Amino acid sequence: MAAMTFAQKVLSRTSGKEAFPGDIVSAKIDLAMSHENAALVLRSFKEIGAKQLWDPEKVVLLFDHRIPANTTKAAEGHQTVRNFVRQEGLPNFYDMKEGICHQVLPEKGHVLPGMLIVGTDSHTTTYGALGAFSTGIGATEMAAAWATGELWMKVPQTFRFHLNGKLDGITSAKDVILHLIGKMGADGCDYRCTEFVGPVVDAMSVSGRMTMCNMSMEMGAKAGVCFPDQRTEEYLKGRAKGPWQPITSDKGAEVEKELDLDLTGLSPQVAYPHSVDNVKAVEEMVGIPIDQAVIGSCTNGRAEDLLAAERILHGRKVAESVRLIVVPASKEVYLWAADSGILSSLVRSGAIVTNPGCGPCLGAHQGLLAPGERCIATTNRNFKGRMGSPESEVYLASPATVAASAMKGEIADPREVGP
Amino acid sequence: MKGKVWKYGDHVNTDVIIPGRYLDDYDPKHLARHAMEDIDVTFAKDVSYGDIIVAGRNFGCGSSREQAPLALKFAGVGAVVAPSFARIFYRNAINIGLPVIELDAREMFNKGDTALINLEKGIMVNEASGKSVKFEPLPDFLLAILKEGGLVAHTAKRFR
Ligand code: SF4
Repeated sequence: MAAMTFAQKVLSRTSGKEAFPGDIVSAKIDLAMSHENAALVLRSFKEIGAKQLWDPEKVVLLFDHRIPANTTKAAEGHQTVRNFVRQEGLPNFYDMKEGICHQVLPEKGHVLPGMLIVGTDSHTTTYGALGAFSTGIGATEMAAAWATGELWMKVPQTFRFHLNGKLDGITSAKDVILHLIGKMGADGCDYRCTEFVGPVVDAMSVSGRMTMCNMSMEMGAKAGVCFPDQRTEEYLKGRAKGPWQPITSDKGAEVEKELDLDLTGLSPQVAYPHSVDNVKAVEEMVGIPIDQAVIGSCTNGRAEDLLAAERILHGRKVAESVRLIVVPASKEVYLWAADSGILSSLVRSGAIVTNPGCGPCLGAHQGLLAPGERCIATTNRNFKGRMGSPESEVYLASPATVAASAMKGEIADPREVGP
Repeated sequence: MKGKVWKYGDHVNTDVIIPGRYLDDYDPKHLARHAMEDIDVTFAKDVSYGDIIVAGRNFGCGSSREQAPLALKFAGVGAVVAPSFARIFYRNAINIGLPVIELDAREMFNKGDTALINLEKGIMVNEASGKSVKFEPLPDFLLAILKEGGLVAHTAKRFR
């Protein structure tokens, strides 16, 4: 058999035949995730007329986007799904108690290397950080997956990023992925599976790899992946819900594009409005006044992110003119931050801490922007109106850059502000 | 398939195809009334059944909202032709029964021209000029989903 890429191998395994880029295969799903939009899935699922879910063990449901319910409509949506879960006796339901889907599924050990995972959320690519092939789908096709356990998939070509060199202390995974998005453009990796390899990835925590794979979607990728190693194993220890086998690209497998980048000396990066690929080094942006700063989301709401922010803010104050909103990505993160004193330190510095969830990321509640306001956030999208008024602006950056900016009241270079 | 051509540029995103403010109501007819509103106010008013959208690259980028292809389909659109599509839009379109064709046809058509498309054979023709262009037809598997009106109908067959 010819050498195969990671994407080919996963889709060959799940479709039962050798899969080549461009082929359309019918693949068996290992895990299917939905959040609030399970209500939409349910509507199509009923139309299909299936009697039950193909495999209730493989479906994970939770609420994270609008929690606690921010409107009566949202509450009704929650209720519909909750009733369905009770009726069917679904085993993997976290209601609104655990946090953001893309954080909770790995934490709870649902995500395993080599799996084929689909989710009704575009940032489902996050699970690639643990070596899964993982991608976002629409609500109607999720209904078909619920009914049959199968979905059509086009086997993607692969782009491989060799990330060489060494990041300077304060520069993080977020800066790396923003830099790549700036280079490739918002559709630069359309349909592709993006593989992240090399010393920078080897040195990165699972948390950082999640940030990378999460935002691979913002350059159009169908999936992003970091191959399992020692760190992956450590993360999975005590969590994994089952046995697993790593899947990696074969040596010599044909990939469409290979890019070599030396990231030594990379500056913290910022994406300015209104497109994720408008990326510049922070030093070109310092001095832009801000009204709000947000640390959280499935991109950067994990322990290491809160820690990076706290290191900068420790014993110092958020600028009088700035609202700093901190949203832990999950209950686990929240508890860790509380127990370790990170949370109280952030609150003493002037942060507003909310319950774990999506928070203001999608512009539904918990910190919307007024016309003319500017926000710097660790989230992943800065489209017009994403966080409130269409006349507001969102800048995307790392937790360290956001913390430094919150302190100064304007976009600031965390290397200047220092811990 | 035959219809009048509507032309648009690159990166037509799901927010302009169906603005977020209309998403509270899933009724496709309601969505159709606001299709393309933020990019072309004449569209929803003047579109007729079978019309064809010819656009630039990365059509349907942005959120995973399925209401975007639904709004176009219920507005009457017969097919969207673009050199590239955002991945989730492409999937959603086929799954709700809206044909999508990967082809750059912008040179060949002016707004209002009549286009003929044969999905199975992979040919698109400008009726007035007689010019034609070939494209890679969709695999049978996806054509079958389209013919049955989408993935729900296609899947429902298995449960009847
Ligand atoms: S945190 Fe933001 S990007 Fe992530 S799932 Fe929630 S709304 Fe989507």
